[in-house]
Amino acid sequence: MRWTEAVVLGLAVWGSVLAQSAPQTQPAQQASPVPSGQANTGQFVVVIDAAHGGTDAGAGLGNGLAEKNVTLALSVRLRSTLQARGVNVVTTREADATLPALNRAEAANHAQAAVCLVLHATATGSGVHLYTAALAPAAQTHPLSWPTAQAGYVTQSVKLESEIDSAMAHAQIPVTLGRASVQPMDNLACPAVAVEMAPLVAGHITGGKGISDTGYQETVVNALAAAVESWRSDWKQP
Amino acid sequence: MISRVHKVLFLIMLLACVVMAAFLIRLRNRAQDRLHAEATMAPAEITEGSPSAPRSVMLYIPNDLDGSMTSVQRSIALPADDNAQARVLLDNLIAAFHAAGSTHPMSVETGVNEVYFLPLPKARGEQASSGRIAVVDLSGALAAAQPSGIEPETLTLLAMMATLHANMPSIAEVHFLVDGQPRQTLAGHADLTRTYLASEASPEANPTSRPGQAAEVTP
Repeated sequence: MRWTEAVVLGLAVWGSVLAQSAPQTQPAQQASPVPSGQANTGQFVVVIDAAHGGTDAGAGLGNGLAEKNVTLALSVRLRSTLQARGVNVVTTREADATLPALNRAEAANHAQAAVCLVLHATATGSGVHLYTAALAPAAQTHPLSWPTAQAGYVTQSVKLESEIDSAMAHAQIPVTLGRASVQPMDNLACPAVAVEMAPLVAGHITGGKGISDTGYQETVVNALAAAVESWRSDWKQP
Repeated sequence: MISRVHKVLFLIMLLACVVMAAFLIRLRNRAQDRLHAEATMAPAEITEGSPSAPRSVMLYIPNDLDGSMTSVQRSIALPADDNAQARVLLDNLIAAFHAAGSTHPMSVETGVNEVYFLPLPKARGEQASSGRIAVVDLSGALAAAQPSGIEPETLTLLAMMATLHANMPSIAEVHFLVDGQPRQTLAGHADLTRTYLASEASPEANPTSRPGQAAEVTP
């Protein structure tokens, strides 16, 4: 081997080592089956956005538990459940990485999702809180108006919220419905609902359960998966 | 031995000192009289913004458990000045959040630095603007004490907007600052970069839940 070839080989190895050691601040997009750089061609795709991450820990949920970890755990669990049921899933992050709201919306809009679920968790309230964007409904625009992209999907988002509400009722989980201004909801060009999981306060039917209770998390994830399946059965390819 | 010239010079200087001292004392007395006269006129201006007789107002208290909003009637002495009136209303609301047994607990008793008013931009062809924008400057202490989450943060903002709109109907829009500065979110979730429509906060337009609905209570 000549000395020029040795130098080129050395540079290539050094470059690959640097690329692997780079910090995870880019969108950690689990793109199945919509690989980066390709647009979705009419498949039913669900985007799951685990809110917060990296330097943004989100709400403190007691006992040192951070919201970013709970949302990630829920995201991974929901992704596995949906994939097991044959649903195509794109997640915005698969690790504890800082991800700006802009990148989250970019990943969801690129996937041309049929459902966008933004996962949150809080120590306040009881059961599951479902929120749609507070934008007034409007016609879908081409090209997309980024700050109000969700306006064209508000009606569908409310229907999706109703679907999730029914699934939660079936699972005997109390639900609070509302409209809220939370990033990146307004920028999502898909039927989108923010799902905020709160502890389950003991009531007439339910026993009290903490937010880290795996059984409770599984019940919520299964209800979400059931709602997505129900939504898919009525979904028409755009 | 002191010469005669020195003696005369000394006497002239002594006389000058006495005259100057008398002049300064006279100026001081005049300044005192002027300040006293201003002080006696001031209370008339202050009374314009001081609390008047107690008035019946409506506070909107959220319930974290079911996302509902309850209207509560209170009797509060409100100042005549609009800015102070809005601030007193919000401080009473936050005190209700802080009270024992609150359905939307918060660990601070007050949390509003100031409320400013701006006229709404005129719509095309409109003679005068149809309402006002209230700019609510929240304290950093309130933002720090606010429980983090979409529901608790949204309920805090909605309760403030509903309370302002119910008691001062000319408020059409509300914008929030924290310690005089624009901020992305209240405590990590609710967006503070946008201006809210006050009508969005009416219990009819907002959170519904299963089970439990907004109720009207007059203690």
